[in-house]
Amino acid sequence: MKKIINHPEQVVQEMLEGLVLAYPNELKLLEGTSVIVRQDAPVQNKVGVISGGGSGHEPAHAGYVGKGMLDAAVCGEVFTSPTPDQIFEAIKAVNSGKGVFLVIKNYTGDVMNFEMAAELAEAEGIPVESVIVNDDVAVEDSTYTTGRRGIAGTVFVHKIAGAKAEQGASLAEIKAVAEKVVNNVRSMGMALTPCTVPAAGKPGFELGENEMEVGIGIHGEPGIERKPIATADEIAETLTSHILEDMEFKENDEVAVMINGMGATPEMELFIVNRKVQQLLKEKGINVHETFVGNYMTSLEMAGCSVTLLKLDEELKELLAAPANTPAFKK
Amino acid sequence: MNITVNNAIQWMKRMHEKVNEHKDDLTSLDQAIGDGDHGINLARGFNEVMKKLDTVEYATVSDVFKDVAMTIMSKVGGASGPLYGTAFLKMSMALKDKESVTKADFATAVAEALNGLQQRGKAKPGDKTMVDVWNPVVSYIRDHEEIDWDELSATAKRAMEATKELRALKGRASYLKERSIGHIDPGALSSYYLFVSLAEVMKEGE
Ligand SMILES: Nc1ncnc2c1ncn2[C@@H]1O[C@H](COP(=O)(O)OP(=O)(O)OP(=O)(O)O)[C@@H](O)[C@H]1O
Ligand SMILES: [Mg+2]
Repeated sequence: MKKIINHPEQVVQEMLEGLVLAYPNELKLLEGTSVIVRQDAPVQNKVGVISGGGSGHEPAHAGYVGKGMLDAAVCGEVFTSPTPDQIFEAIKAVNSGKGVFLVIKNYTGDVMNFEMAAELAEAEGIPVESVIVNDDVAVEDSTYTTGRRGIAGTVFVHKIAGAKAEQGASLAEIKAVAEKVVNNVRSMGMALTPCTVPAAGKPGFELGENEMEVGIGIHGEPGIERKPIATADEIAETLTSHILEDMEFKENDEVAVMINGMGATPEMELFIVNRKVQQLLKEKGINVHETFVGNYMTSLEMAGCSVTLLKLDEELKELLAAPANTPAFKK
Repeated sequence: MNITVNNAIQWMKRMHEKVNEHKDDLTSLDQAIGDGDHGINLARGFNEVMKKLDTVEYATVSDVFKDVAMTIMSKVGGASGPLYGTAFLKMSMALKDKESVTKADFATAVAEALNGLQQRGKAKPGDKTMVDVWNPVVSYIRDHEEIDWDELSATAKRAMEATKELRALKGRASYLKERSIGHIDPGALSSYYLFVSLAEVMKEGE
């Protein structure tokens, strides 16, 4: 394992300390926790919006803390869901009296830990609502799985729920719009190389020199199939076609596109993928309203990318365009 | 048989040793069908449990389990943190105010723990999770007047090994579908260590 770290057990804490030093006017680290909150939290007359999960997906989620997106991010150990007490600290720190909204990615650990934190909050009289993001079309959603995983599409939920909260919306209104995003967002990813959790010291899986894993999750969970590496155009086509098969798109539908890097893939390659994705959408008569290309939801130093499509209506377009000022997402 | 405060503490110490000794095995299994953090998560948790137990003088078994539960819940994370945390919290609640813990009390406590695990995780027997080890162990304790600790260990071992042939229906391993067959469930292995630790400690005390 070759990494720029001091000690495998300290990576999350030291990253968070470095993060708040980089954004001293915008972010603070809640003392004794691994919770990043807005400097001005709790923002009065606003529902607090929180997300979190395992670390290793930077800039998610702490990079999305700021005006117009999240009020706090709860950062677990690398690829490990954070604990209920930490989530509860975040809830208390951002509650201005209007309640708190939780954006949870659909993993067993995240769902259980956030649920337990919500129970703690309710016991203290803090109203809490949540949404579970499950945008990964690579996973079959059936009684034989725990359901689809939450991946890069989660960033759109942060943006839109955050914008709605910034407008002063109620907990119920935020939940409604967040669910609308979840119902209209789909993603799928692939990887060329694995990644190494610092405390584990060795890669989570192996891929041959000429292999790729299609449908991979953001923790290196296996996907749909392992096959010989293909061209950028073929990869773009595979990912896009799975998404288009999963959700109905009509001619003249408007979408936001996200081409997300998994950590080690250069932007050059992401733009090459984007080129083909846009061509494919154009052929289908789908209108691209806005495109996001970059590292939004990574998987440590994994090489690979994911494609996300969000079908938009007027409300979602307006909220997507609303101002946001966070380290990793500005509008 | 009675379980004393000292037995409970020794149980946790033994589990701490086993988790550290087998951390890499647990992690390798979780790398095969999960995300490779199970050994790391549990080692972190039980290291903290040891620190906590060293600082307190306990009057009841229930108090020991309560601190174990709280420490696990706040230090382990992942799926196993809330699950083991819930299990110990339920045991603590079932044994509340009991000065000595009889076999019948303990049978109730582990049954409550299993209920809690299943309520939290919604897993059924056969879903290839830690429930597959808890379930037969809880039944063994319920059905036997006298616990034969070797039998209990053997029951846990058989159940743990049997998860190898199952297809995972819960947790991260379920993403693998049929590919999850052929690997022992990491949580089943850690639960096996938990019950073997108990059996060893109780046998040594007899
Ligand atoms: N719903 C469930 N019910 C019971 N046991 C479960 C459930 N889901 C997972 N497990 C157990 O948890 C073990 C994995 O624990 P681990 O600490 O590695 O969590 P994880 O799934 O990696 O969590 P996270 O998703 O936050 O990383 C599995 O081997 C299984 O025995
Ligand atoms: Mg795991």
